[in-house]
Amino acid sequence: MGEGEIQITEDLTIPQLFYRQCKRYGSGKVAMREKEFGIWRPFTWQDYLDNVKYLCLGMVSLGLKRGDKVAMIGDNRPEGVWAEMATMCAGAIPVWLFQDCMMDEVKYIVNHSDSRFFVGETQEEVDKALSIMPDCRKLEYVIWDDPKGMRRYHQEFLMSIKKVQELGRELDGKEPDLFEKLINEGHSEDICLLFYTSGTTALPKGALLTHYNMLSMGQNLMAVDPCYDTDDFVSYLPFAWIGEQMMSISCGLQVGYTLNFPEEPETSQHNIREIGPHVMFAAPRLYEGLTRQVQVKYLDSTWIKRKAYEVATKIGYYVADLKFERKPIPWYWKALNYFAYVIMQKKLKDHLGMSRLRHAYTGGAAMGPDHFRFFHALGVNLKQIYGQTEIAGISVVHRDGDIKFDTVGTAIPETEVKITEDGEIISKSPSVFQGYYKMEEETEKTLKDGWLYSGDTGFIDDDGHLVVFDRTKDVMILNDSRPFAPQYLESRLKFSPYVQDAWVIGDRLPYVTAVMCIDYSVVGKWADGHKINYTSYPELSQDPKIYDLIQKQIEEANKGLPAPARIKKFVNLFKAFDADDDELTRTSKLRRGFMAERYKDIVEALYKDSDTVHLDMTITYEDGRIQPIKTDLRIQEIGI
Amino acid sequence: MNNTAEVPEGDVILRLENIHMAFGKVQALNGVDLEVRKGEIHSIIGPNGAGKTVMMNCINGLYRPQKGNIYFKGQNINGLSPHKRAELGIGRTFQKLELYGGMTVLDNIRMGSHIHLKSGILSGSIYVGKTKKEEIEEREFIEEEIIDLLEIESIRDQVAHMLPYGLQKRVELGRALALRPEVILLDEPMAGLNLEEVEDMARFILDINEEERWKVTCVLVEHDMGVVMDISHRVLVLDFGNMITDGLPGDVSKNPQVVKAYLGEEDLYITRR
Repeated sequence: MGEGEIQITEDLTIPQLFYRQCKRYGSGKVAMREKEFGIWRPFTWQDYLDNVKYLCLGMVSLGLKRGDKVAMIGDNRPEGVWAEMATMCAGAIPVWLFQDCMMDEVKYIVNHSDSRFFVGETQEEVDKALSIMPDCRKLEYVIWDDPKGMRRYHQEFLMSIKKVQELGRELDGKEPDLFEKLINEGHSEDICLLFYTSGTTALPKGALLTHYNMLSMGQNLMAVDPCYDTDDFVSYLPFAWIGEQMMSISCGLQVGYTLNFPEEPETSQHNIREIGPHVMFAAPRLYEGLTRQVQVKYLDSTWIKRKAYEVATKIGYYVADLKFERKPIPWYWKALNYFAYVIMQKKLKDHLGMSRLRHAYTGGAAMGPDHFRFFHALGVNLKQIYGQTEIAGISVVHRDGDIKFDTVGTAIPETEVKITEDGEIISKSPSVFQGYYKMEEETEKTLKDGWLYSGDTGFIDDDGHLVVFDRTKDVMILNDSRPFAPQYLESRLKFSPYVQDAWVIGDRLPYVTAVMCIDYSVVGKWADGHKINYTSYPELSQDPKIYDLIQKQIEEANKGLPAPARIKKFVNLFKAFDADDDELTRTSKLRRGFMAERYKDIVEALYKDSDTVHLDMTITYEDGRIQPIKTDLRIQEIGI
Repeated sequence: MNNTAEVPEGDVILRLENIHMAFGKVQALNGVDLEVRKGEIHSIIGPNGAGKTVMMNCINGLYRPQKGNIYFKGQNINGLSPHKRAELGIGRTFQKLELYGGMTVLDNIRMGSHIHLKSGILSGSIYVGKTKKEEIEEREFIEEEIIDLLEIESIRDQVAHMLPYGLQKRVELGRALALRPEVILLDEPMAGLNLEEVEDMARFILDINEEERWKVTCVLVEHDMGVVMDISHRVLVLDFGNMITDGLPGDVSKNPQVVKAYLGEEDLYITRR
C-alpha cells in the first residue's frame, strides 16, 4: 500500500472505509466489472458509491433499521455486493445464503436470523422467498435485480433494486446528509455480518462478526502477502462462503483492487482466463477440478504435446521439490526450469487463467500433497490457508519461500495459535468472532477466555508450522491402533482424473475400505475409447472394466502407505455425492456421520464376505423432488 | 400456469382458408381453416400423419397448396417464396434440426438475421460506414436479446453439431428469433427433450410470447399434451388432414371427437409430467 494508505483502526467500520475509498478513487478508477451480453462492463468507484447510497436509503425508507437482518441469495454480481454494502451502511446486518440452498435451509436461516428483508437475484430466488413467506412472519420485503421472468409478479412487497433505489433518491432529496450520518453512526465493534457456517454435523450456526473482526483479518493477511490497487480479482465463489467475503470485502476494500464478476457461473473458467487475476482463493475442490482438467487434456493431446508436458512436468517437479526442501536451486536446473516454462508451463498457465497469478490460496478443507505439488511444478505459488468462519476466515497461511505441502503455514500477525493438551487447535486474534446468534451454549463451548476452540486436531512442527490433522471426530483408528486421517487417502484418490469423490471407511474396523464416485465425463470418455456401452452413470459405474480401472487408481494411491492403511475393498457408488442429499456440506466437505447412517448397508457388506450389496433408498433432485432408487452394487477386493 | 384465462383478442395476423394439399393420392390437408390472432400461442395437434408439419410447410412456403388462400397481415402470400415470407416476418424452427452443424452457435444465430443487413458488397468487404454500424447494432441485438434470453452464454463459441440435442433445439429457436419475426412457427420444439429441458423450452416460448420486447405470435406443433394445454391460447386439432375442432384448450380437451381420435387412444402422447 502506498500513498493515501488507509489505516485499519479500532474506530473504522467497513462502510466508513468504503466511503473513503469511493471518495479517494472517484470516477477515475474501476471498482468492479461484470461481463454482460458478451462484454466486460466497468463500474467506477463513483458508480459503486451511487448504487450503494440509493439502495441503502431506499431500504431505509422502507423501514430498515440499525441491527435488522437482511437475507441475501444469488450468484456473484455487482448488485450482490451493492446490497451487502448498502445493508452495512444502514447499520443493518447482511446474512448470506448459498445459491443452491434447499427450501428448508432457506426457511431455517431466514427464520433463525429474524430477517426482515430478502434480496434475491431473479425469479428463482423470488420464488424461494414467496414460498417461505407464510412461515417466515418477520420477512417484510423481497427485492430482486434481474427482471427476467418477473412480468407476472405484482405483489406489493416485491420490488426491484431499481425501484428501491428510486425511493432512495427521493429520500436523499429530502435528507441529503442522511447517508453520511448513517455511516458515521456505525462503530467498529458493531456486528457487520451474520454468517451461517455450513456445519458438517448439525444445523447451521450463525457466527456474529464485527467490522473490526473483518478488517483486522484482511489487514493481517495483506501484511503477509501485499496486494495492490492495480490488481484484479475474480469473484465467483459463493458470497455465503467466508473466503469470498474475505477477498471481495475485507481485503478488496482495503486494497482497492478490481472485482470481476463472470457472466454466468458456467462461464467462470473462461472468464478467469480473460481477466488473468493476480490473486485467487478457492476451496481444494476447484484446484482438484483444474488438475483433472489438465490430466484429461493431456490424455487427449497429440504425441509431441504429451512429450513436452512430460519433460516439463519432470523438471517442474524436481525444482518444486528442491523448493519444498528449501535447498538452493543450481543454475542448470534454473535454466532447465525456464525451458520447461517456455515449452509448456506458460501456455498451460494461460489456459488456466494463472498467467499473472502472484498468490493462489486454498482453504476450507484438506488438500492432498499430490495436487499441491502439481501446481508448484507448474510454477504456481499455491499456498494453504487455515481458518474458519469464526475467525473471520483466516488465521494461518504459508509464507513465500517457506511452503510445506503437509502443513498450513504459520499464524498471520496479531494471531496466536496454540495446541491444547488434547491436541485441539485454539487461536486468539482481533478477528475472533463474537459468538453464535441465539446459541449461547454453543458459544460457550467454542469461545473460552477469548480463545477460539476450533474442533480440529493438529500439532505444531519443528519449523513452527501448523499441521492440521483433521476434525477431531473424523480421525480414524486403524487395526494396529494407529490414528489415521481418511482425508489424506481421499485426496490421494482424488488425484486420479477418473475419481470424482471418495469416502474412506475403517475406523476401529479390521481393514480400510472405500466408496468411490467415478468422474462421469472422464470415465465416460475412457469407456468410449474402450468400446464399453453405457446409458447412464449407474450403469457405467457398475461395469467390471470400470471396476478394474478404479482398482488401478486405488492401487496407485495405496503405494507407500503402511499395510493397515491400505484400501482392501471398494464399491463404486451409483451416483456422485451431493449436497442436496446432505452427503456433503455446501462447501463440499463429506458429512461422515450422516454417510455412515445413510449407507449403513454398504458399510456392513464391505466388512462381510459378500460381493454385492442391495440398496433401497431415495435421492433428491436439485428442484427438491425425491425419487426412490433400488440397485445392486458390486464389491471388489484388492490384493494387498 | 394456464393461459386460457387471458386469450388475446388481437387482430387476425395469419389466416388460412380452405387449404387443400395432396401428395399423389394422399390427401394431407383437406380444407383446413386457421385464424391466428396477434399475440396468441395457437397450437396444432393431431396424431402422426395428421398433417401438422404439412400445414407449417404451407405457411412458410416450402409447399404450395393446390387449393386455398393464405393471408399474412391481410396480404395474400400464396405466391411468395419462403425467403420473401421470412422477410415479411414469418420465422420457423424445424422438427428435425436444420442447423449449420459446422458453424458456431453465434454464427448460426447471426445467420438468422442476415436478411436485415442492407449494406452492399463494397462496404461489406472493407467493413466501414453502414456495414460497421449495422454489425454493431446486430451484435447488441443478438447478445442482449437472444443469447441472454435463451441462457446460452457458455456455448456461444461452440460448434453447433458438438452440442447436446437439447441445446441445439435452443439454438434453432435463437436463429428463428434473430429474424425478428412477428409470427414464429415452432415445429415440435419439445420433441426429444428431457423433462427439465421441456420446462425450459416452455418458459422460453412464454417469454417470447409475453415479454414486451418480443410479443411474438406463436404457431406451435407439439405432441406433449401437458405443455400444449398449459401454454396455448387456442388449439386446432387435425386428424388425417381433416380439421376436427379449433378452440380454447379447455373445450378442446373435452371434445368427444378429439378424445376419440387422439387423446384417449395413445399413451404416447400423454405428457411426461
